[in-house]
Amino acid sequence: MADNNTVVKKIATREAYGNALAEFGGDERIVVLDADLSKSTKTDTFKKKYPERFFNMGIAEANMMSVAAGLASCGKIVFASTFAVFAALRTCEQIRNSIGYPRLNVKIGATHAGISVGEDGASHQAVEDIGVIRSIPNMTVICPADAVETRHAVKAAIEHDGPVYLRLGRLVVPVLFDESNYKFELGKGIVLKEGSDVTVIATGLMVHEAVKAGEMLEAEGINSRIIDIHTIKPIDKELIIKAAKETGAIVTAEEGNVYGGLGSAVAEVVAENYPVPVKYVAIMDRFGKSGKPAPLMKEYGLTAEDIVAKVKEAMKMKK
Amino acid sequence: MDNSNVVLDKQKLKQFKKIATTIRKHIIEEVYHAASGHPGGSLSCTDILTVLYFHEMRVDVRNPQWPDRDRFVLSKGHCAPALYATLAEKGFFPAEELPKFRSIDSFLQGHPSMKDVPGVDMSTGSLGQGFSASVGMALAGKLDKKDYRVYVLLGDGELEEGQVWEASMAAAHYKLDNLTAFLDHNGLQIDGKITDVMSPEPVVEKFAAFGWNTIVINAHDYEQIIDAISKAKNVKGKPTIIIAESIKGKGVSFMENEAGWHGTAPNKEQRDIAIAELDAFLAKLEVE
Ligand SMILES: Cc1ncc(C[n+]2csc(CCOP(=O)(O)OP(=O)(O)O)c2C)c(N)n1
Ligand SMILES: [Mg+2]
Repeated sequence: MADNNTVVKKIATREAYGNALAEFGGDERIVVLDADLSKSTKTDTFKKKYPERFFNMGIAEANMMSVAAGLASCGKIVFASTFAVFAALRTCEQIRNSIGYPRLNVKIGATHAGISVGEDGASHQAVEDIGVIRSIPNMTVICPADAVETRHAVKAAIEHDGPVYLRLGRLVVPVLFDESNYKFELGKGIVLKEGSDVTVIATGLMVHEAVKAGEMLEAEGINSRIIDIHTIKPIDKELIIKAAKETGAIVTAEEGNVYGGLGSAVAEVVAENYPVPVKYVAIMDRFGKSGKPAPLMKEYGLTAEDIVAKVKEAMKMKK
Repeated sequence: MDNSNVVLDKQKLKQFKKIATTIRKHIIEEVYHAASGHPGGSLSCTDILTVLYFHEMRVDVRNPQWPDRDRFVLSKGHCAPALYATLAEKGFFPAEELPKFRSIDSFLQGHPSMKDVPGVDMSTGSLGQGFSASVGMALAGKLDKKDYRVYVLLGDGELEEGQVWEASMAAAHYKLDNLTAFLDHNGLQIDGKITDVMSPEPVVEKFAAFGWNTIVINAHDYEQIIDAISKAKNVKGKPTIIIAESIKGKGVSFMENEAGWHGTAPNKEQRDIAIAELDAFLAKLEVE
């Protein structure tokens, strides 16, 4: 992790996504598609460097996803980007039938996920996408926590032969990881802090909140294990079962609806393998709304303080 | 209808008729054995598939994944019986597999699956998506500066899908002259006439307005199909759609122009009549 003494840099994961596409875009097989949002999804960073391999498909997302499938069937590694709400929901069936079923090499760069989108409001805040995409066979789902992790996730997506959904954010978030010693392994979680009383499993921008919660808990004498799950599918079963066995209680934290997301994925593993209490920090089955991201996160119960509260509830339930 | 410049000699014409009739027989058998599936639209596009696979397309049955091959996307994927029969006759897999269509121990899925069936270039079944995928393939061909051509077959009811028009826009915008679409204009969809359910007409004017070159032909006239394909190949800077006026259920008297045969399998008696009609046609060909 990054040194605490240095001033924390803040970069949005969508920004890191655009940079990574440009950085790794030298591979001639890579083609990038966008649906009139390239300035927001940051695919324009790739477009500037490799204009001949960038195609704007216009405001026609369904077509974009199936075009991506056609390109992939001819050997291309295709990144198709739009806002998560349109990618996962408007084109859900295109992703299922054109991409997932034939297991084609399409990477969906879904930006503006979650309520941290802010002012645009509920129509533009995908809260359902993890659950929806996770339930499609053959799909890999990655939700990076910061810019460093995003860079590595893009690289892993390029190397992985098959469809990938990359869940990215609009908001600038602190850079947690240090590029020099960061290691990304698809499907493997990262233990950010060891602990024996309870485990907090977080994804995306909630990883930062989980780290803060870990420090707050330590101050209260609670020794928590903090895990970053960047790959929600396939999920790191081994690490989750180990945490259940060794700490006896789990709290999950994600910026999405409580149904179907990371919390559900973790609970599925725990229930089947080693039942222990699981508490969720997530959006409690409601739509988002307009506002500045920070107060929204507070109102929706997505802060370090909320994690601390849930940790205490989970620990009370421990046998 | 546009005039054809192609005149086939008698032998060649007879050969097309024989292959197409054999494919039609396979279609009836596939759907009969599966006791489900879509005979009507399969029979209406048979002659187009026959010309594509037995005259036009550059494919290699021993190497179905050959990167330089021409591609075909059956965007109206419910007509898999026609595609499978054509691929089997071409030699991609043995025709003995065809009666196992839709059964649990066969690779012949109810709708085309590129990961299961040799020769299938795109998984389809959800209307509208295959057309977009063909646009992606044509785009890849342009990017790689390859000379392969991409063919796609659409249903006229399928035109009601918004995604079709998104794809039409994209194909014209990116000047995909390596893409040739066929419209199986049989006038019927599941619930009846396309003009009663939700009219996509006038289709020629619509595609022209979307920037496509349009050619209108008789879907059951081999000379016109061949001629239209070669005209399409010579058009530069825009994609071509061949609007093929067809008869749904073509070749089986009681299935012709009947919306009810869209997705209904014949029973034993109906199957026997259909096969007898097609056999009689084959026998007549021999003495011609
Ligand atoms: C997206 C989608 N919606 C509905 C269907 C169900 N469906 C299968 S065939 C069909 C009618 C198609 O009519 P048309 O395109 O005219 O085909 P043809 O007459 O050539 O058989 C429908 C509605 C489907 N396969 N995909
Ligand atoms: Mg029709």
